[in-house]
Amino acid sequence: MSDAASVHVALKGVDKVFERSGRPGDVVHAVGPLDLELRKGEFFAIVGPSGCGKSTLLELIAGLAVATRGEVVFEGKPIRGQIPDGVGVVFQEDACFPWLTVSDNIAFGLRRSRLGKEERHARVEGALTMMGLTAFADSYPAQLSGGMRQRVCIARTLVRQPRLILLDEPFGALDQQTRLLMGDEVLRLWRKTDATVFLITHALDEAAMLADRIGVMSARPGRLIDIVETGWPRERDSRIVQEDAFGTVTARLWRTLREESLKAIGKTGAA
Amino acid sequence: MTRAALFRSALFVLVVALLEILCRVGIIDKLTMQPPHRIVIDLWRILASGSLNAAIAKTLGNAATAFVLAMVVGVASGVVLHRLKLVRETLDPLFATYYAIPIFAFYPLLIILFGLGDAPQILIGFMLGVVAVIVNTLNGLDRVPRTLMKTARIARMGPVATVWSISLPYAAPYILTGAKLAVAYSLIGIIGAEFIMSRGGMGYEISFAYNNFDNATMYPLILLILLVSITINMLLARWEKRLMIRRGQR
Repeated sequence: MSDAASVHVALKGVDKVFERSGRPGDVVHAVGPLDLELRKGEFFAIVGPSGCGKSTLLELIAGLAVATRGEVVFEGKPIRGQIPDGVGVVFQEDACFPWLTVSDNIAFGLRRSRLGKEERHARVEGALTMMGLTAFADSYPAQLSGGMRQRVCIARTLVRQPRLILLDEPFGALDQQTRLLMGDEVLRLWRKTDATVFLITHALDEAAMLADRIGVMSARPGRLIDIVETGWPRERDSRIVQEDAFGTVTARLWRTLREESLKAIGKTGAA
Repeated sequence: MTRAALFRSALFVLVVALLEILCRVGIIDKLTMQPPHRIVIDLWRILASGSLNAAIAKTLGNAATAFVLAMVVGVASGVVLHRLKLVRETLDPLFATYYAIPIFAFYPLLIILFGLGDAPQILIGFMLGVVAVIVNTLNGLDRVPRTLMKTARIARMGPVATVWSISLPYAAPYILTGAKLAVAYSLIGIIGAEFIMSRGGMGYEISFAYNNFDNATMYPLILLILLVSITINMLLARWEKRLMIRRGQR
């Protein structure tokens, strides 16, 4: 598929099986078997019906969960429940620390780094500027809107300069307009940082607008049933939604997903 | 000032004025209670002469010791119990019924064990306060969102760093609720114990004055205890409110 040097993250025959708590033997096959290679510096999005194990997949890559079978390799080293250095995660839920100001929240990302005081300060200032938060540096998260709080979380991840950024439906709780604008923001950051971005979303248009490649997941157990190359130029923004090719991509995603989504709904309906 | 605060102040002034009048007219006789203005003057006299300074220092010092012990042991136990689910579930009924236990009933036993010094009194104050701190610490720790714990793991923080920099700061307003109770309980414990059996302290002096019909000492000391307790509680409540406002929860 691609040579070893350009592969940033590789999932090889990964399965994740959960045991329902308190009921031994009663297991849920959440993900897999699943093979996937993320190329260094690409923007990869995952779409799939609800409950298909998208978030589990992200937790496997982040090292927050351990694969039942197979292995996850990050920069040539297998991850086994050990959180690797160089990975940043932005969650859907608000992960701001309510007792810290915006700038202290952002500086928290550098808490354990060995950087000098000036470098820390410079990075926090840089992240504040980049995310348009300078005016709110001394505010507390409770004084900000949901979109602003999500910016704080993104900034907190960015100061650590991760090489792999995992986004777990980071805009899921925001309104449509804010989501489009945040999408632009993420694209800008992605170009600037050269990081590999792995985005999980339930919004087809969001995936189609942001990603170089889009993986489509099946209903549970989550497997990759299609990978769509969008072929967008690296310089792009939300205006891409007006182009014909955008419609073609979303149409293909929906064709693949429609049946799977029906399955997912049917399953929940029967249960 | 809000309307409620205005009414509160008015009510306070009214009650004090009523007491003053009742005392002066003689409906409340002098042997029962001194008029309020007299109590304030007597308190000033006692504080200025320094005759009861040792008793006041003993009581407040012991209460402070009991409070600090209850906080340190309570928060530490809360953190440990939060991790040890089985131990916590085992002890849950004890916490639920703890305040149905008359702790003072153990006071004679504690005197037998430790002698009639400060230790049994401090222990009573500590025992009264510590469970309130444990319960409120656990309540706060239970509320730490999972996302924050995941954030800690992604930042590759160890368990101690996670508790210190994320769990406890998040739980701070709840721990403060426990602290408010611990202040009240430690004062109740110390003064109550001094009432029952002691060789000094404000509780002892109040009880001594009562037995000697010495209203000029008894009422000022009661007023002083009220003032101390209310002041500390108001300061803690203000701090708690500030934390809550910062979090947009009020």
